Amino acid sequence: MYPKEMEKSIRKVEATREERLHKLPERMSEKERQEVLQKWHPDYKPEAKRKLKIGVSKGSIVPHEVADLIEAYPLIKPEEIDLSQVDYDVDVLIIGGGGAGTAAALFAYYNGIKPENILIATKLRHGDANTMMAQGGIQAADKENDSPIIHYLDVIGGGHFANKPELVAKLVMDAPSIIKWHEELGIMYDKKEDGEMITIHGGGTSRKRMHSAKDYTGMEIMRVLRDEARNIGIPVLEFSPAIELLQDDDGKVAGALLYNLETEQYYVAKAKATILATGGFGRLHIQGFPTTNHYGATFDGAVMAYRLGARLRDMDSVQYHPTGVAYPEQIVGLLVTEKVRSLGAQPVNADGEQFVHPLEARDVEAAALIRECYGRKKGVVTPTGMQGIWLDSPMIDIIHGEGTIEKRLGAMFRMFNRFGIDMREEPILVFPTLHYQNGGIEIDAEARVLGKNNVIQGLFAAGEVEGGVHGKNRLMGNSLLDTQVFGKIAGINSAKYAKKAKIGKLSLKHVNRYIEELRKAKIKEERKAPIIFPDYRGEQVLSRAIDIL
Amino acid sequence: MQRKMKMVRIYIMGKEYRVPEGLTIMKAMEYAGYRYIRGAGCRAGFCGACATVYRKEGDYKLYADLACQTTVEDGMYLVQLPFTPANKAIYDLEKIKADDKTLVNFYPEIARCVSCNTCTKACPQELDVMDYIQASLRGDIAKAAELSFDCIQCGLCALRCPAEIVHYHVAQLARRLYGKYLAPKAKHLEKRVKEIEEGKFDAELKKMMKKSIEELRKMYNARDIEPEEEMPTESD
Repeated sequence: MYPKEMEKSIRKVEATREERLHKLPERMSEKERQEVLQKWHPDYKPEAKRKLKIGVSKGSIVPHEVADLIEAYPLIKPEEIDLSQVDYDVDVLIIGGGGAGTAAALFAYYNGIKPENILIATKLRHGDANTMMAQGGIQAADKENDSPIIHYLDVIGGGHFANKPELVAKLVMDAPSIIKWHEELGIMYDKKEDGEMITIHGGGTSRKRMHSAKDYTGMEIMRVLRDEARNIGIPVLEFSPAIELLQDDDGKVAGALLYNLETEQYYVAKAKATILATGGFGRLHIQGFPTTNHYGATFDGAVMAYRLGARLRDMDSVQYHPTGVAYPEQIVGLLVTEKVRSLGAQPVNADGEQFVHPLEARDVEAAALIRECYGRKKGVVTPTGMQGIWLDSPMIDIIHGEGTIEKRLGAMFRMFNRFGIDMREEPILVFPTLHYQNGGIEIDAEARVLGKNNVIQGLFAAGEVEGGVHGKNRLMGNSLLDTQVFGKIAGINSAKYAKKAKIGKLSLKHVNRYIEELRKAKIKEERKAPIIFPDYRGEQVLSRAIDIL
Repeated sequence: MQRKMKMVRIYIMGKEYRVPEGLTIMKAMEYAGYRYIRGAGCRAGFCGACATVYRKEGDYKLYADLACQTTVEDGMYLVQLPFTPANKAIYDLEKIKADDKTLVNFYPEIARCVSCNTCTKACPQELDVMDYIQASLRGDIAKAAELSFDCIQCGLCALRCPAEIVHYHVAQLARRLYGKYLAPKAKHLEKRVKEIEEGKFDAELKKMMKKSIEELRKMYNARDIEPEEEMPTESD
């Protein structure tokens, strides 16, 4: 059910469909890719960013929304915190209960840490994470015509050659063993009758290596890992985000200060090894974009680690997913998985014309969609004034047979159907949406967090919070893979480290040092971080809100 | 701008608020001034955190839905459910078998199903919940796994069930049994894992890692791409 004006445009899309079934636009040359990125990708707007004023990565250019949180004061006054009373004393503390954190917990357990000596602390519920929402799939080079070397080249090229080679090497070499581990845990990947994995392309892949579990891939992975963690009995503290990391007196990371969102008290969680698996920054709404991310994706982990001296990298680049929902209004910004294009749906403009290959790397595809709307003025305008591009979804059932959409894109079909749009019959309207933090805190191949010139002892990181794996642009299917590969590596190495580490007296001195640095840089005390949640309360309410309880 | 919007009345836990029409329940509650701690997760229909029950004025039915995927209606009385108490069976998947008694042994209460279909009616994913419970009872693990695959574990089925079954936990076990024991193994995967363990790619990878950006760029731009056309497959 579309408004009349949009229906008129749909007729044009239908009129060109038959012809489009048999031809695709050429992929862009490198020169064309650069041109469209420079002119139309949101990352290439210098006014949307600024240089960091303080800290290890002082001088790096990051989005304003990121700088605002880096250049913000802590939520606590260190002198008011009593560190002498320890509430949790564990070997491995994992901050974040998503795919990376849960994989890390399982591998710490496999490597000899008893369940009761592991603690997962998480902001929302166990499993409330972007992992749960990853629809399209997970990459692994496990077919005869493919290899980790080919995967490596795709990752590096897709990332504009800015990736850290040793991290990419880990990512691609560990991928098949991760899928095998998943198979043993009972994750239901899409397979043919003989057991062969059904794999398809994603944007920027040169081989079909996208493994999926319908379009609920991340959910299927997450719920199985969580089920396994529950079977093993790994303790999880829900609704208890970390608000600051702890050090001991010789500067090793020694756990975190947790905050119970419901009782509003803090907990001291002492740990021999600490893993950051807090995810990314989608809910910062960089440049005002809507986002595909879950409610808690607010950059907390990087903020805390930066205060402790962790280095940031590639934070100048942000991933806008080419296809977020542009209509209906209720679900604007939510993800339309790349798998929709992998299965044959083409992006077409208001006149039903093709203008870009459906599977360019994400940044190029997104920039091309923006250009079509705002440069060439061939976008479709919605009743709320938003612009969008048609994704010609009915092509999928034409190409692969009736029932394909329901079977392989059940989540997408359901989402649109709830709002009265049948994507089997009519195309869906999309526009780029804020999707992924390409960069993050820098780690080495052992998933150890790096400081200015050294490894930060006792601190590990995995998943979207860390940077370097994807360079300046992540490919579809490599983020789920990142959570699993680096979650595994962090779990293994934190277990090794914890067996030897001895923790001294707990301290928050690094927070004091950071406050001094903020003051020296003359940063006003008007912002606090981490922010934990975005605030979506209505303006009328906020204008009359008082804080008395 | 806000003044021009058409407003609807909703009752959040009995209290009346006026909110713009067309919002989801979740956004409407935020508009009204609520800031979520519980009750919001992915905000996109994948996590099951925002299970909500509501009634409409003049309508006897109790509806169940996801707050992030449902549009508010005038006269809606609603409450979100912050948590579902539910016991999960503990098992070591390596040590259990996928036979026709496994599910009922771990969850004997499924035998109490009275086929009332309330679970199915409560499911915001519109799954055939009762059918997969019946399949579980028959020991048809594959059927239970297939029918329950899109379950987001919101807990609404379990809260509505007069037989006190915890459907979504039963389904979780069914899917893991299916994935591990009943689905055919991927032989190419096993082969590749073995090749990697044996170091088949090590030398070439080392070379790749040493290449300059210029060399990599050349290789990348010249790389051959497997043709797009995906042959329709019978088995999926």
